[in-house]
Amino acid sequence: MTDSGAAIIAVAGLRKFYGSHEVLRGVDLTVQVGEVVVVIGPSGSGKTTLLRCLNFLEEYQHGHVYIDGQLMGYRERNGHRQRQSESEIAKLRTEIGMVFQSFNLFPHMTALQNVMLAPMMVRKLPKAEARERGRFLLEKVGLADKINGYPSKLSGGQQQRVAIARALAMQPKIMLFDEATSALDPELVGEVLNVIRQLADEGMTMVIVSHEMMFAREVADRIIFMDEGLVVEEGSPEAIFTSPRTERLRTYLRRFAYNEAVVISAAPP
Amino acid sequence: MDVTVVVDGWRLMGPGLAMTLLVSVSVMILGLGIGLLGGLTLLYGPRLMRLVVRGYVDFVRGTPLLVLIFLIFYGIPAVGIPVPNFVAAVISLGAFAGAQISELVRGGISSIPRGQTDAAMALGMTFWPRLTQVVIPQAVARTLPPLVNTTVEVVKGSSLVSLVSIVELTLATEQVVQRVQRPVPLYIAAALMYFVVNFIVSSGGRRLERRFAF
Repeated sequence: MTDSGAAIIAVAGLRKFYGSHEVLRGVDLTVQVGEVVVVIGPSGSGKTTLLRCLNFLEEYQHGHVYIDGQLMGYRERNGHRQRQSESEIAKLRTEIGMVFQSFNLFPHMTALQNVMLAPMMVRKLPKAEARERGRFLLEKVGLADKINGYPSKLSGGQQQRVAIARALAMQPKIMLFDEATSALDPELVGEVLNVIRQLADEGMTMVIVSHEMMFAREVADRIIFMDEGLVVEEGSPEAIFTSPRTERLRTYLRRFAYNEAVVISAAPP
Repeated sequence: MDVTVVVDGWRLMGPGLAMTLLVSVSVMILGLGIGLLGGLTLLYGPRLMRLVVRGYVDFVRGTPLLVLIFLIFYGIPAVGIPVPNFVAAVISLGAFAGAQISELVRGGISSIPRGQTDAAMALGMTFWPRLTQVVIPQAVARTLPPLVNTTVEVVKGSSLVSLVSIVELTLATEQVVQRVQRPVPLYIAAALMYFVVNFIVSSGGRRLERRFAF
């Protein structure tokens, strides 16, 4: 941890293997309170794996992940590392909210029930309070009229916004977004990005994995470019997009410049 | 003419049907208990327990039901535990149902997408709340159709316990046939009674499916 106490996420020397394949090859990352970090990179670069290691949905073999000063997933005794108990890990996870590419809403529950479940089960919130919090959050994401709707009746953008409300209901200190708009039809992407932008403006600490370059440029305090399991370059959005230092980043960005040029040239005059 | 025979035979066949129902219900209760435990063990249990359940399931599913019934019926007293015929019958059919249901529970739960447990874990939910609030409610709808099949097989399989002297519907029908020597109408009646029971089971299953669908 480089900064004395403000780093709410501190990752050092993170290495993860799937069998013999090394997916994360020594990743370092710090995130300050209130910072919005966007992780970009080609598929297979390990961005999603890195994100999932932060809340220990993936186990890591070497290195450290500190969440709010606490080691995530392991206990260290006399230099020996032991896996934390399920309830210890679950407790740490309550500080972190996660939004998934495939939404993962509970299909047998209404939007409101989805949002209410964890506060009641995990934080032991009384039903009435959970319901109020749920209504407030669903209204905040613009779905006041859909609180009793089942996920199967909601559009992708609406489902994802419910998923964001559900994660926020646990009042986490950190929000993780794993390609939150990648599975959405283009016209639905904006409504979700608006919610994410609003959270950023409100000062939420966020780590976002995304392909939405224009959005990343707009909302990020810092951008991390990953390739083949390592952080290759990081910096402010201006530095990353206007003066990339490494060849790999330049190659990666060229792909998006082409796409954006196509979109811009197709736009009405 | 045919119908009179059946109506007279009802004095024995009625109680026989009641016994069939009693056996079937008892077996399904036992089978569901074993199946739930077995399925959860196959998915989440320690390695040794998993091997034990796997062995049990494979053995039972590879053995003809009648052989299983005889094995338990003669086997349990052979190790010195006297059990009434009814209990032996229910245990053997229960073992059969339990093996099938273990597989159904295992299959049903593992068919729930990983993303559901991911989301529940990310929210800070521990194992049992995840299982009971998120996974099992979704698995129930998927498991109901094969569970109905198992129930129907149990009802039909109960006819085999006639061979260990339990007077359920099949044996009762035999007894009437022996007396009045009119097998055809009597066995038609017995078949119809089995059909009605199983039809009620299937319809009930369909109604439950609709209730649990989302």
